[in-house]
Amino acid sequence: MSTPAEEVFVALADPTRWRVLSLLAERGEGTATSLAAELPVSRVAVVKHLAVLDRAGLVEARREGREVRYTVRTEPLGEAARWMAAIAAQWDARLVAIKRLAEES
Amino acid sequence: MVPDQIEREIVIEAPVERVWALLTEAEHVGRWFGDAGAEIDLRPGGAMVLRWAEHGTSHGRVVAVEPHSRFSYRWAPFEDPGGEEPLEGNSTLVEFTLTREGDGTRLRVVESGFASLHASDEQRAHNADANRRGWVAEIDELREYAQKIAA
Repeated sequence: MSTPAEEVFVALADPTRWRVLSLLAERGEGTATSLAAELPVSRVAVVKHLAVLDRAGLVEARREGREVRYTVRTEPLGEAARWMAAIAAQWDARLVAIKRLAEES
Repeated sequence: MVPDQIEREIVIEAPVERVWALLTEAEHVGRWFGDAGAEIDLRPGGAMVLRWAEHGTSHGRVVAVEPHSRFSYRWAPFEDPGGEEPLEGNSTLVEFTLTREGDGTRLRVVESGFASLHASDEQRAHNADANRRGWVAEIDELREYAQKIAA
């Protein structure tokens, strides 16, 4: 069971994806082509990373002629998302602790 | 955008009676939840106290007790040590459900009510103030954290 907050964390856990997002944040906007020019990965790879970021709600795509321009969406971030992910991780740890105690002979 | 609840579950190779005891008896709760002991008055409306050696004390209030099947309480997970009475708006609801599965137990936990916690003015102000530069610093911190979680 993954929550939207977790999707955000999964999206950010990949270093290249994080660089894609950081570049977008710094530049204000970008296309797969402009981002690929600044990163050591192919345009196709950037397109895939943008799709993951899009699913997590971290970028917004806007079609302009033949190009798709991306901007960063900050709403999924912030304290709230951090809390949610941290809390989910805490519950996982607690459930595992209960399981261990329960299964001790 | 932020979900209002967290759902987690696990299958345990032990009978529901044993899992129930671990969930509801203070001597056990003090081992898997707090790390410095706990107190539970196991009846609806009963008081709960959870203690951590480093983080202080949290207070909870028991909501439902159905032996071997359901246990729920409200607590204020983000209050400072010293803690207030857990009420709607400053607390979340934690609900455990136990289901017999063969000789074992499926234990499910749902913690809900985050949306009301997050709707504080402080949080909105924080979001509104976040300029692009501040956001880049924040996402950096978030990334390190995400890698730990995803690991």
